Order: sequence, then structure tokens, then C-alpha cells
Amino acid sequence: MAEEKKGELGNELSRRQFFTKLGLGSLSIAAVGTAAFSYQYLEPNVLYEPSPVVNAGKPDRYPLDSVTLDVNNGIYIIHSQEGYFSLSAVCTHLGCLTTWKQELGIIACPCHGSKFEQSGKKIEGPAPRPLPWKRVWLNDDGDLLVDRSTDVPALARDSFVRV
Amino acid sequence: MAKTVDQYFDELQQTRVWRSIFRSGAGSSTLKRALAIQQNVFLHLFSTKVRTRVLSVSATWYLGTLTLGTFMILVATGIPLMLYYHPSAPQAYADTKDLQFVVSSGMFLRNLHRWSAHAMVFLVFAHMFKVFYRGAYRTPREFNWVIGVVLLLMTLLLSYTGYLLPWDQLAYWAITVGSNIASAVPVVGDKIHFLLLGGNAVNANALLRFYVLHCMILPLAAIFFVAIHFWRIRKDGGLYSHASEPATLRAAAKDAAAVTEAQ
Repeated sequence: MAEEKKGELGNELSRRQFFTKLGLGSLSIAAVGTAAFSYQYLEPNVLYEPSPVVNAGKPDRYPLDSVTLDVNNGIYIIHSQEGYFSLSAVCTHLGCLTTWKQELGIIACPCHGSKFEQSGKKIEGPAPRPLPWKRVWLNDDGDLLVDRSTDVPALARDSFVRV
Repeated sequence: MAKTVDQYFDELQQTRVWRSIFRSGAGSSTLKRALAIQQNVFLHLFSTKVRTRVLSVSATWYLGTLTLGTFMILVATGIPLMLYYHPSAPQAYADTKDLQFVVSSGMFLRNLHRWSAHAMVFLVFAHMFKVFYRGAYRTPREFNWVIGVVLLLMTLLLSYTGYLLPWDQLAYWAITVGSNIASAVPVVGDKIHFLLLGGNAVNANALLRFYVLHCMILPLAAIFFVAIHFWRIRKDGGLYSHASEPATLRAAAKDAAAVTEAQ
């Protein structure tokens, strides 16, 4: 019976089939649209997070051969023989804040025991990568600025600031 | 002659108001007792008739029921805790301390919520071990095992999201570490991390998202799956009883046949 109702070409839709397909098609498009809008809604467009650029103050605050942890910004300011540089203090394992162990001369993470050299190089522990170097430069006032969102090559000549 | 309590209760059950609420009516016949279960919106998920041996402690150790019990304690203590807790970065920690030291019975509610949460995680695992080692996950109960695994994940997510709410150092670093573990998911890990926290780091957005997940989304989802879980127990032939498994029955029948032949 159903086949007899089909047109001569045999591939025509009945009115009911057409409206069923139209309805389901519309619902599918609406569902995809809803999913897309929901995803967009869940992703914040504006973040009220602190600026990635940190003003670390005058370079002479940091004595030669010192490692200074900025707890609030999660960075080290290190004044070495080659100049000033900045390391991320956030462990590359699971994001804990590392600390400088003056007596051992290493950077250590309290969470899972990763250890790093003063240059950020990994000594041991679960951390998969060395601590990244961050871009540092001097502004017009002579303040040391650190951009936490920009990694620079470790130990590269341009990664230091010399005063 | 003084009436007994039972007689008062019988009279109460005959009243028009009672009959309008409980449709099955009074009486202790098997039919009436079955209807009392079947016609109740909450109890109809359960089997109308249950063997007494399945209700013994040795059958299940009551682990599933105890898990439900802790969940109900968590809902009952969690809602009053919400009345004093603001999920905002400046207030969350102070509110937690107020609940402990200023609010009447606040310490009791908070600790009850905390210990029930620990107990629930323990009981869920114990329940699953019991089900696993007894083989209660087998046909026709495979799907209910899957629902159970979903409920395990719900329990762990509820525990995890609740962990952040006190907004202290422990909470902050636990969620920092936990959300970084989520980043390890291939390809979409960083996206999950961003959406979960509503930002790049654990901050006010993350606190609010975890609060909404902890107090609305996850409990509602858990209740939904618990309902399916209980309903499936009935549909899959009631609580698992080793003595009524087909294999046990076949073995018993075989033994009986062997005894008959020997005679």
C-alpha cells in the first residue's frame, strides 16, 4: 500500500513524510544552535583577572645573586651575574606555587616534591618541564616589568635585563 | 473501655482526609500492603513484594541504603548551610568561619555535612565492592551497574566541588591541582580547565561555578540517576539474592535430581 502511494519516480515524499522531515530538521538545527549558544554562554568573554604584566619595582631592590619570590604574582625575580631574569614560580606539574630554598640553592615544590635549579632547569620530581622564563624589560621609569603571559628561551642573551 | 493506639490509628485510616491522601486504604492484607507501596509516588520505585532474606543485613550489609541515608543527610544539612554562605571571594572564608564560631548549631551542621560526605564516598566504594565481588552486576543488572558508576562519578564530583567552598588554602590548592589534572585530557583538556574554572586560575568565577555545580546541578543530576538506579532494581528482579540466581537454582535442581537418582 505504502509503495503504491509513491509517485511515478518512486522517490517522492508523501506530505506527511515531508512535514516530519521538516519538523525533525528544524528541531535538529535548533538543538545545534542551542548547544552552540550554551557553549558560548559558558565561556566568559571578559575576565577580571590580574594583568599578566607585573611591575617588580626598581632593579636595585634585588641584590646580586638573589632569588626573590613574588608570592602574589607567582614569579621569581632573579639577579644573577648575567643580569636580571624572571621565572614562573608555578610548578609545571600541577600548578602549585614553588619556593626558593636558600640553604639548598634550589627551587622546590611543596605539593609533589619537584625540584628545579635556579635557572628553572628540572632536577627531579614529577614536573614534566622546566620552569619557564618570562619576558622582562625596563620601562621608562626604570622599573623592572615582567610579562607572565610570554615565555622566553632559557639562558638566552635577550632573556636577561642588564642595568 | 479505653482504646488502644492501634484502634486510634485504624480509625484515623478510615477518615475521609486520610483516604484522600493514601488511596490504597487501610488493611493488612497482602494486596493492601502491596498497593501501599505501588501507589506511593516515592515507594513505587521499589518492588511491591520483597523476600525477607533479601532484607537481612547479610544480603547487602545495607550499603546502598546507607549511601542514600548519607545523601539525605547531606541535602538536609547542605540547604541550611546555604543560608549563611555567600559564594563570593571576599565573603566565603569568613562565612565558613562564622558558621563554625558564630551561627548557632553552625559547627554541628558543617561537621555533619563534612563527615557525611566522607562517609558517602566510603559507602559508595564499599557498596560497589560488595556488588562486584558478589557478581550482582551480571545480567540483567549490567545497566544498573553502569548507572552506579555514573553515581560514583557524581559522588566524587560533589565531593570535589564542595572542597573549594570553604575558600581556604587547602581548598585553593586542592582545586588548583585538581583542575590542572583536568587539563591533562587530550586535545580538549585546556578548554575543560577554562570552562570548569570560568577563567585561567582559581578565582571568584571558579568559586561561583563550583557553588552552582555543588548546590544545584550535581545534586539534581544525582537525584535523577538515583531514581533510575532504584527503579532498575525493581525492574531487574529486585535486590540481588544469591539464592535466587538462575545458576544457583540450576545447581540446586541438579543436586536434587542426583539425590533422586541415587535413591
